[in-house]
Amino acid sequence: MYDQHIIYPGSVRNTDDGAGWQFGARLPYYRGQILSAVEDIAITVDGEKIAREQVRFTVRGRTFTLDELETEYVERWEFGEVAQVSVLRPGGLPAGEHQVTAAVQLRISYLPWSPVTSCTTGATIAPAHA
Amino acid sequence: MTTPHDIKRGVSLYSYQYETFLRRMTLDDCIAHAASLGARGIEVVSEQSFTGFPDVPQAQIDGWFDSLERHGAYAQCHDMFLDVKLYKDRKLNFEEMVTSLKRDLRFAKRLGCRNVRVIVNTPPEVVVACVPLAEELDVRMGIEVHSPFHFDHPWILRYTELTRATGSDHVGYVPDMGMYTKNYPPVFRDRFLRLGATPKIVEYILEAHAARVLADYVLMDVRKLGGNAVDLQMAETLRHNIWSNPRRMLEFMPWIFNIHAKFYEIDDSGREPAIPYEEIIPVLIEGGYQGHLSSEYEGQRHIEDAFEVDGREQVRRQQDMFKRLLGEA
Repeated sequence: MYDQHIIYPGSVRNTDDGAGWQFGARLPYYRGQILSAVEDIAITVDGEKIAREQVRFTVRGRTFTLDELETEYVERWEFGEVAQVSVLRPGGLPAGEHQVTAAVQLRISYLPWSPVTSCTTGATIAPAHA
Repeated sequence: MTTPHDIKRGVSLYSYQYETFLRRMTLDDCIAHAASLGARGIEVVSEQSFTGFPDVPQAQIDGWFDSLERHGAYAQCHDMFLDVKLYKDRKLNFEEMVTSLKRDLRFAKRLGCRNVRVIVNTPPEVVVACVPLAEELDVRMGIEVHSPFHFDHPWILRYTELTRATGSDHVGYVPDMGMYTKNYPPVFRDRFLRLGATPKIVEYILEAHAARVLADYVLMDVRKLGGNAVDLQMAETLRHNIWSNPRRMLEFMPWIFNIHAKFYEIDDSGREPAIPYEEIIPVLIEGGYQGHLSSEYEGQRHIEDAFEVDGREQVRRQQDMFKRLLGEA
């Protein structure tokens, strides 16, 4: 559900501080979730899988590692809300065309399995200003 | 001549979830649309329509009431969830589950809802433990009887035994009409074909559904036929799209508080091709059902990959169908 809407259109960009790159992400589910239910956000760029440790999740000003999300029982990812998902990678992505995939795995209490929902989008990174 | 009845029309705002998700409809837009169709009983998936649950800021609650009043609608049902898997390494214990359901009863009261849809994975003992609070608040708890469950399923039988023993009139059922999937939904079939299902195997699955073959057997057959991953995924859907007889509701009618009028599409002829409302609604009239028919459009997730979703048009069509079958039109 909402597969094609996980990565917010036009949101893939390098971070201002040069520490990596990021995109806006929406929860692929029909209700808001407590963050502990987010089991994984697997990211692939141009076929290369990003290590889980390199991913950060930011919502309403608070930033978490994916491991930290697992024990966050108060803060939520609301329905339709755009959170920021960042990848730590000095210098970010090189200018040009890239293919980005984000696969979100959620632990849904009434389902015996944890569904994975995946979104792939093309993104253009603008050359850095001189 | 139309048989007299006291069935009310409503909409679950779940129906407009796609537009809400994309911020094309606000909570007020959803209420306005439902009310414009004369479907004044509003059901809400609270964790979809409000933020900060369960500590929803009062301004949002005030906005909810303002909107209901402005459009001539009223709060009907709050849909709750029980996050039994909140912690990765253990399930919630009994006390935690009771605390969670009590929280939802109080939240329903705050929203002005007389009914709570209790999600089907809630253990019946938890519901029983909440009866005193439900009575005190005058908020009724209705377990969601949702496919693959049905009224004769052991889990629901156990719920019936334990809740009936309380003697309370604040415990009952919210049947989901998805358990009356008489024909395999065309929107499912078409999506699996788009995803790469094998046409011959799709035909086989449709025939098996029509013949009510046990889902486990169909899965084995599809494996033997060399079905691909999508074929197997389609066969899996037979587990969750059962047909049971709507007349079974007659025995439970005094305890049915609300109906989830699930639908996948209303086609151009004004009918739901999978769920036979022309068979279901007469049963509700015959049984003297007095609650709401709450539109629950669920087709969006089966067409969003290929088509523009229009929850408003789909709800409008279903409400027109209700008016026809209820003798209002």
